[in-house]
Amino acid sequence: MNDITSGLGEAVRRVVTLDPDLVEITWLSLRVTLGATAIASLIGLPLGAWIAINRFRARRLVIAILNSLMGLPPVVVGLFVYVLFSRSGPLGVLGLLFTPTAMVIAQVIIITPIVASIAHQAIRDLWADYHDLLISLHASRWQRVQALLWDGRRALLTASLAGFGRAIGEVGAIMIVGGNIDHATRVLTTAIALETGKGNFDLALALGFVLIALAVAVNLAIHFGTRTERSSRW
Amino acid sequence: MVAPILPLVVDGVVLRRRGRRILGPVSLTIEAGGITVLMGPNGSGKTSLLRAMHGLERLNDGAVRWQAPLDETRARQAFVFQAPIVLRRSVLDNIAYPLVLDGVRRVVARARAAAHAADVGIAGLLDRPAQVLSGGEKQKLALARALMRKPEVLFLDEPCANLDPRATRDIEAILRRAAEAGTKIVMSTHDAGQARRLAAEILFLHEGRVIEAAPADAFFANPQTPEARAHVNGDLLP
Ligand SMILES: Nc1ncnc2c1ncn2[C@@H]1O[C@H](COP(=O)(O)OP(=O)(O)OP(=O)(O)O)[C@@H](O)[C@H]1O
Ligand SMILES: [Mg+2]
Repeated sequence: MNDITSGLGEAVRRVVTLDPDLVEITWLSLRVTLGATAIASLIGLPLGAWIAINRFRARRLVIAILNSLMGLPPVVVGLFVYVLFSRSGPLGVLGLLFTPTAMVIAQVIIITPIVASIAHQAIRDLWADYHDLLISLHASRWQRVQALLWDGRRALLTASLAGFGRAIGEVGAIMIVGGNIDHATRVLTTAIALETGKGNFDLALALGFVLIALAVAVNLAIHFGTRTERSSRW
Repeated sequence: MVAPILPLVVDGVVLRRRGRRILGPVSLTIEAGGITVLMGPNGSGKTSLLRAMHGLERLNDGAVRWQAPLDETRARQAFVFQAPIVLRRSVLDNIAYPLVLDGVRRVVARARAAAHAADVGIAGLLDRPAQVLSGGEKQKLALARALMRKPEVLFLDEPCANLDPRATRDIEAILRRAAEAGTKIVMSTHDAGQARRLAAEILFLHEGRVIEAAPADAFFANPQTPEARAHVNGDLLP
């Protein structure tokens, strides 16, 4: 209990004084995660929608693969990306290992299946509702997709936020591919792991509170920014 | 003037679902003019026949033929579903949607939608999200939306099932006006009174077949089949 209160105090102190290390770490966390979320959404949202409204032979298989990829252990993803980008690996020449870019890549791999899967479910339900009407109204294929994406936009936002939530708290993969290098690839989660290991519970807890506050802040900002909070009561 | 899409020829249409024949074989011709009403007990195939005519069902046998290529006929028909389907947007945008699909500018489409909404008596609901409407209000929305493109053929599947008597009368007036303006109306109803008020022609279905097709006067004066007689008389009992 004492640790927690002093951790909270430490967090407040560092936030109020804009502690440079904290700001740097938080900023990198935010950048990596938002970058990964954006890329994963760009891939995952259209992919999910596409699977929902098109009938093709391998559809069930793709859905099954997607759902199992959701449970992909981040450590394994990290290992995979590490091997891919290590000096002797196939993409080693790019020199991306231990950079934020490698961390973004790992997170994209981890959260794209989540984003795609949630988008798929939402659009599939909407399509089931709309199907007869859109066929009856003779909407073109592109007009159908537009209607589904537009009317499903809140659910799609939820899909992206779920990806963000998973990515911001992720530690295993980015620890491996980023290396937790001070002033280069250290983010909130890896810093927490490090400080906990060193026994600096105050600092670790402070970072933890900042992490939670960050996640909540981003969600609230998006909710209020798009007024989902109010309209989801429809 | 483009060539009319009617008469519609239904030729030996059969629908099989889950190994059971739910419709057919049905052969009939829908001519322009007047209101055609489908009657028959629950499960007799009214919805299936309407959907098959509109092209929403995969036919297991037979064909549905219009007087124009299928692709051209699509946007010239409209359908009001038994369970109304609403888009998750405002009532106004729901009604305007068919015009938006046709490439009409949104402001213009909305203005015309508002006028149609007034016709069916939901002018006060335009800003509401369509999902929160009552069953009857959704039905009115669906009718207003179906009329937006001034279709040549309008299919309605029990359009007044959830409506109060006053709304039913209003809707019947709208349908009659649309019919007089040249829209062919093909609808199903369980309300024998409504069928008497509106129909020029009755198609009576029983177990997936049209067992009686007759002018409305003749049908109600003297149903030819025992099933139709029982159905009509059943409606008249207290
Ligand atoms: N997809 C389907 N799979 C299996 N059976 C079906 C399917 N669609 C319809 N049916 C069956 O076909 C029969 C005719 O259904 P339909 O909806 O056309 O009846 P209806 O005359 O419109 O009835 P109601 O008056 O209750 O609306 C019913 O017995 C129904 O259960
Ligand atoms: Mg029906």
